[in-house]
Amino acid sequence: MELLQLIIGGLANGCIYGLVALGFVMIYKASEGVNFAQGDMMMLGAFIALGFGNSDEMGLPFFIAVILAMVLMFGIGWGVERVVVRRIFGQPQFALVILTIALGFVFRFVAGSIWGYTPLVLETPFAGQNLRGGGIVISLADLVTIGVTLVLTIALWAFFAFTKIGLAAQAASQNQMAAYIVGVPVMRINSLIWGLSGAVATVAGVLYATRGAIDPNIGLLGIKAFAAAVIGGLGSLPGALLGGLIIGVVEPVAGRYAPGELAKMSPYIIMLIVLVTRPGGLFSQIQMKKV
Amino acid sequence: MSLLEVQDLAIHFGGVKAVDGVSFDVAPGEVFAIIGPNGAGKSTIFNLISRVYNPTRGTIRFDGQDITGLKAHDIAGLGIARTFQNIELFDHSTVLDNLLMGRHTHRATNFVQDILFLPKVRREEREHRRRVEQVIEFLELEAYRKKMIAGLPYGVRKVVEIGRALAIGPRLILLDEPASGLSVEETRDVAFWIEDMRRDMGLTVLMVEHDMSLVNQVSDRVLAVANGQPLALGSPAEVQAHPDVMAAYLGTGAAA
Repeated sequence: MELLQLIIGGLANGCIYGLVALGFVMIYKASEGVNFAQGDMMMLGAFIALGFGNSDEMGLPFFIAVILAMVLMFGIGWGVERVVVRRIFGQPQFALVILTIALGFVFRFVAGSIWGYTPLVLETPFAGQNLRGGGIVISLADLVTIGVTLVLTIALWAFFAFTKIGLAAQAASQNQMAAYIVGVPVMRINSLIWGLSGAVATVAGVLYATRGAIDPNIGLLGIKAFAAAVIGGLGSLPGALLGGLIIGVVEPVAGRYAPGELAKMSPYIIMLIVLVTRPGGLFSQIQMKKV
Repeated sequence: MSLLEVQDLAIHFGGVKAVDGVSFDVAPGEVFAIIGPNGAGKSTIFNLISRVYNPTRGTIRFDGQDITGLKAHDIAGLGIARTFQNIELFDHSTVLDNLLMGRHTHRATNFVQDILFLPKVRREEREHRRRVEQVIEFLELEAYRKKMIAGLPYGVRKVVEIGRALAIGPRLILLDEPASGLSVEETRDVAFWIEDMRRDMGLTVLMVEHDMSLVNQVSDRVLAVANGQPLALGSPAEVQAHPDVMAAYLGTGAAA
C-alpha cells in the first residue's frame, strides 16, 4: 500500500517533469538545440497564472487565469524566438545553450522583482481535496495533474502527426532546406513552436503550483526534466513523457527505500545508465546530436 | 511568352562574383540545360531562382510575375519545384511521407478540421495519396514506398527527390545534376523521365547537368556559363562547338 501511494504521487510528479521535457523536445526539434530556460518558462507561467488568478492580485476565475497565462506565455515564447533566437540562427549549438541559460536568469529576475522571493501559493479549486479508497489517499491535485498531462500529450502528438502545421514542423526539424522547397515557412513555424512550448510550460507550472508553494527558483526543476528528455531520446514526445514518469516514480521510491542522498541522484544515475546503454535514448528517432 | 525569364542576374559574395549578369528565358514545355565547369555558378543560379539566395541585382520572372522578392517557401505554391545536387530529403521518414510532404501547399483544410479528421480532410487526403501514387508508379518506386530514406541507396534517393518535386504538382521543375552519381542505366531512366515530364505532364524542365550525353539527348537549348558569366546560348550542338565553351572546359586560356 505504501509503495502504491508513493508510485501515484511519483507519477503526478513525473507528469510535471514530463511536460517540461516535452518543451525541451519541441524546441530541440525546431531550433536544433536545447532551451535551458524551459524550467524558468514553467516558473514564469505559474507566476503569471498566479498574478491573474489569486484573490490578492487580479482575482480572475482560476481557469480564465490559466488560459490567459498560457496565451501570454505563448506570446513570450514566440517573441523570444522572433527577437533573440532567430538572430543566432546558423551559429553553433552552444550559442543557443548559453543564450537560453541567460534567458533563464532574466526570467528568474523578472519574476523575483514582480512577485518577490518568498514562496507564494497559487489558489486553485483543487487545494486540499483528497480522494480515499482501499487504504490509499490520492489528492485531487495529483489526479488533475495526471489527467491534464495525458490529454495534453495526446493533443500534442495529434498536432504533430496530423495537422498541416504539425507536419510542417516535423518536416522543418528533419531538413530545413527540403521543408522550404515544399513550401514550409520554416522561420514562422519555429516561432510557433517556441510559443507552443511557452504555453505547455505554463500548464506544467500551474500543475506544479497545485502541489505546493512557488518561488522564482523552481525553474531549476528544468534540469531534472532535461534528464527526463535525454532518457526518452531528445527527439521523441512520448519518450519525454516516459522519461519524466520514470524519474518521478524512482525519486520517491528511492527516497523511501534507498540509503541517504540516493533519491536526489537517481534522475542523473538513470540518465547515465540510459546514455551508456542506449545513447539515443529509449525512443531514439533521430540521429544523436551532441548537446 | 516565356515561362521563366531571368534578366541580368547577379550575386556577389563579398568580392566573389558567383553569378554575374546571366540572362535567359525558358519557354513553356522546353527542356533547358545549364552547363559549365565546377564552380561556374550553375547551382547558384538555381538557388537564386528558388529564392534561397537574394540576388545582388537582376530580376526573375515566372509566368509574367516578378518573383525576385519572394521567399523560398513561396515558390512551391507558384508551381516551381526543384531537386538538389546533394539530395535534400526528410531522411527519417518513409519514401511515401517524403512524397506526401510535397503536397504540403495543396492542403487546404485547417487546424480544427485536421484534428477532427473530418470527411473533407479524408477526401483531400485520398486525393493527395492518389497523386503521390501516380508519381510512385511513374518513377517505379513501388518497392520503396514504406522504406526509410536513410537506408536507401544513393540512386534511389535521387529518384525520390525527383518524385517529391513532381508531387508538388509544378509547372516548372529545376533538376540540379539529376544524373550525377548514377549508373549508365539509371541515367538512361532519367532521360526517359525527362522526356515524359515534358510530353505527358506538360512540364517545363530547367536542369543543371555535367553528363553531356544526357544534355544532348533531352535538351532543346543549352546555356553555358563559366566564372558566373554566360558564354554561349543555343542548341546543344552549337553551344558545344562554341570556342569559348571549349576553352572554358579545356582550359586553353582563350576564354572571354
